[in-house]
Amino acid sequence: MCRIGSIKSKVAFSPSKALYLMLPQQEGHDNSGFAMVMQDLYGIFTPYKDKPLLSLACTQRGAQMVEDFMDSHNFEQVSEWIPVPNDQPGLDIKAMPYYIFRNYDYPEYYRDKPMSEKEELLLDIRLKLRQILENADEGYVYSFWPDVLTLKEIGDPRDIATYFRLWDDNGCLMAKSIVVQCRQNTNYDIVRYAAHPFFLQGYTLCANGENTFYTKNKEFQKSLHRGYVGFESDSQNFLYTLHYVLHELKWPIKYYKDVITPLPFAEIEQREDKDVLKAIRQSLAHLEINGPNTIIANLPDGRMLTCCDSKKLRPVVVGRTDTTVAISSEVCGLNEIMPDRDMTKDIYPNEREVVVIDNDLEVQRWKQ
Amino acid sequence: MEAIKIQDIGKADLKWNIEYIAERCTMCGSCISTCTIGAIQAGVMRVDKIYSEDIKPNPLHSHKTIPVIKQVKNIANACIGCGMCEKVCPNNAIKPVRNYDNRQTLLSRDDGPIKRGGRTNLNAQRTLDHIIVGRISQMTDPALDSQRHTFDIRAPFGRVLPAKSLPFTLKDGKLTMAHKAPPVRWIYPLIFSDMSIGALSTRAWEAVAMATAYLNEKCGLPVRMSSGEGGMPSKLLESEQLKYMILQIASGHFGWNRIIKALPKMKVDPAGVLIKIGQGAKPGDGGLLQAAKVAEHVQAIRGVPKATLSSPPNHQGLYSIEESVQKMHLSLNAAFGFRVPVAIKCAASATSVSVYNNLLRDPYQICGGFFIDGIQGGTGAANEISLDHTGHPIVSKIRDCYLAAVRQGLQGQIPLYGGGGIGMTGNAAADAFKMICLGANGVFIGRLLTQLLGCVGNEHGRCNACNTGKCPTGICTQDPRLVKRLDVDRGAQKIVDYVLTFDKELRKLMAPIGNSSLPVGRSDALVSTDKAIAEQLGIQYVC
Repeated sequence: MCRIGSIKSKVAFSPSKALYLMLPQQEGHDNSGFAMVMQDLYGIFTPYKDKPLLSLACTQRGAQMVEDFMDSHNFEQVSEWIPVPNDQPGLDIKAMPYYIFRNYDYPEYYRDKPMSEKEELLLDIRLKLRQILENADEGYVYSFWPDVLTLKEIGDPRDIATYFRLWDDNGCLMAKSIVVQCRQNTNYDIVRYAAHPFFLQGYTLCANGENTFYTKNKEFQKSLHRGYVGFESDSQNFLYTLHYVLHELKWPIKYYKDVITPLPFAEIEQREDKDVLKAIRQSLAHLEINGPNTIIANLPDGRMLTCCDSKKLRPVVVGRTDTTVAISSEVCGLNEIMPDRDMTKDIYPNEREVVVIDNDLEVQRWKQ
Repeated sequence: MEAIKIQDIGKADLKWNIEYIAERCTMCGSCISTCTIGAIQAGVMRVDKIYSEDIKPNPLHSHKTIPVIKQVKNIANACIGCGMCEKVCPNNAIKPVRNYDNRQTLLSRDDGPIKRGGRTNLNAQRTLDHIIVGRISQMTDPALDSQRHTFDIRAPFGRVLPAKSLPFTLKDGKLTMAHKAPPVRWIYPLIFSDMSIGALSTRAWEAVAMATAYLNEKCGLPVRMSSGEGGMPSKLLESEQLKYMILQIASGHFGWNRIIKALPKMKVDPAGVLIKIGQGAKPGDGGLLQAAKVAEHVQAIRGVPKATLSSPPNHQGLYSIEESVQKMHLSLNAAFGFRVPVAIKCAASATSVSVYNNLLRDPYQICGGFFIDGIQGGTGAANEISLDHTGHPIVSKIRDCYLAAVRQGLQGQIPLYGGGGIGMTGNAAADAFKMICLGANGVFIGRLLTQLLGCVGNEHGRCNACNTGKCPTGICTQDPRLVKRLDVDRGAQKIVDYVLTFDKELRKLMAPIGNSSLPVGRSDALVSTDKAIAEQLGIQYVC
């Protein structure tokens, strides 16, 4: 069983905080990897919040291929952070030669276009880069989006943090929102792309659990959107459905739960909005997720959410202070990073419940 | 010696021989009166004996003539192996025995093609038996408890719109329906297949209808029953129970007039309309109700004289799928005010995918389901040559259609139902589960129902006299004397009990793979021990 976590705060914090959230839950993860998506960045990225940030891990040749591609597509580099690794002996990490976090400016003819068009461009560029790197087996590109940084690595999370100097808290890497998992995927071979959290056009998602409808989800999602690629993990399905419901269908967030864990027909019949719920269930039957799971997601507008499978077979808890909200698989993680919080206010979401944290850290809960 | 010709039919020519032990027979006559085929008759046997009553040989002659039961030696009355004689005999004096060395297939075409009801005698090998539910939830995704957890076993029947076409409007953060969408009914994924009043006896049809109503009203299982071709009693058309019935219109259009006339009097809408293009037992050969079974009430319902009723192999005037969509789907949808799903049923064939593709691309988005019927199904009458030698097994056709939809991203939009041999080994739940994993939304069963009622026919050539009007169990006959043999209540109860067990067994298969709703298209749950099957169906090969 995976452990997942996320922190959303009014003040920017370092990734070490996310590690402190996760490490007490070590029994639940196998130290096979570490991955995080940071959103609402500060530190060295503060001046470039509106410039798309490319996150990738690659070889030297891969780096050159990316550079050539970006140049040929008129993306202008405005900033770059290449971590200087602390490559001390004995670290459990299978590092890539290069980690590149680079801000670009849009091609000139794109700068005045609406954000919706820029979003499509950014996705296309990332997909193309992924294809180029994948074909040559020279690297991995995780995200290309303004104000979003993705880091994924194989090995022991502690050692990975040492390697990237994440324990230093030197103010270089800061964010107000981080979604994190300390584990590679276990269902399949270790593939960097398969590590949670997954990211697509501003949507970040981490899942703890198993999606037994993976095959039917995948077969359906493949034809829904060009961005639904990879499928290295059954948890990617959660992200793609979230993106589909919110970004493509433009339905309110509450309907996400009605898609992935629809109410039983007998219960739908009791509802006033049964026509809508039934129509959703039948049209998107292939997006239903069966199996035990909990998800944590971050939305493009900064909201964070968590919800569980319909039988509540996976745990999750939400803890709060005045400045921070954290979501975690286990309460021990919360105790580590916010020991002084009022534990009586911890939220343990139920099987039909969705919990959303908005940008003022107000928590909304609703039953499906 | 009796004078015979070499071409005369002998006992050794027949498929079934009557084994008779005269010493045990009490001449009660039960076997003769129960044999509907006239395969046995009372006769006499001359018994001559030479014996001696002394210690020394002192030969005496006795000449006796004793009454016996004799097998009739002609093709028309050839024993069908139904075993009714054995069932009624109080002394185990008589039974049919299969004769493997018979010449019946050679000798029985004097009157043209052999007409026979029942399942194919050939093609009995089943793909489903080479498939195992192999993906069992263990630790990270715990298997469910089939008795404790709740399961949502329902299948759509009706045209499902893609999400982007749903008539939603957003108001105050809530979605509402701006206008109606095509009707979709969520039903139990086991449909009682179309067997007409005519093919079945009134009692048998009534038993199936009773079981359907009972399952709906007392057991909470929304099982639907197809009327079969030829309509149904007016009283049922005008009753509340019509909501459990799928009305069928087949190529003969028999009984449809009566249904249309009953429309104004209908209290409720039917569950659906099924346009039958073809049936798996006799694909491309239409339907055939022999004159022997066209009883008065059948004539009344269908509005026909007593004659062999042949449904043509195709709907007249139907020139293409597009035309069928326009003419039939639209007109039948319109007839019921676009409130009732209209589906289509075809025989499985090499062209099944083409038909399904056409339906999927139909711009009217009006077809409410695609029923594919495989070669291993079928009751009623058919030419034996069609039954045995034409058609297509169902499994790969369902899979091909599903995958064709997957390639276009249209899966689930026209629900797929598969039938033809489902439950052939007696285990319909396992078959249904595998079919669903391969892409079917549900299955339909016909022959299994008659077998539950007491039919003894099987694919090894036993009985299968559905066409003759002489069904020994009273299920497939219109002879009032024979129909009385069937106990309607007990028959209905057998069906209900079976479906309740089916439901439990389905849960027993859904629970291990960790699914509480139907695993439509979850092909990863299946494995095959046959490499060719695994490859064709796109499932894992295990050995």
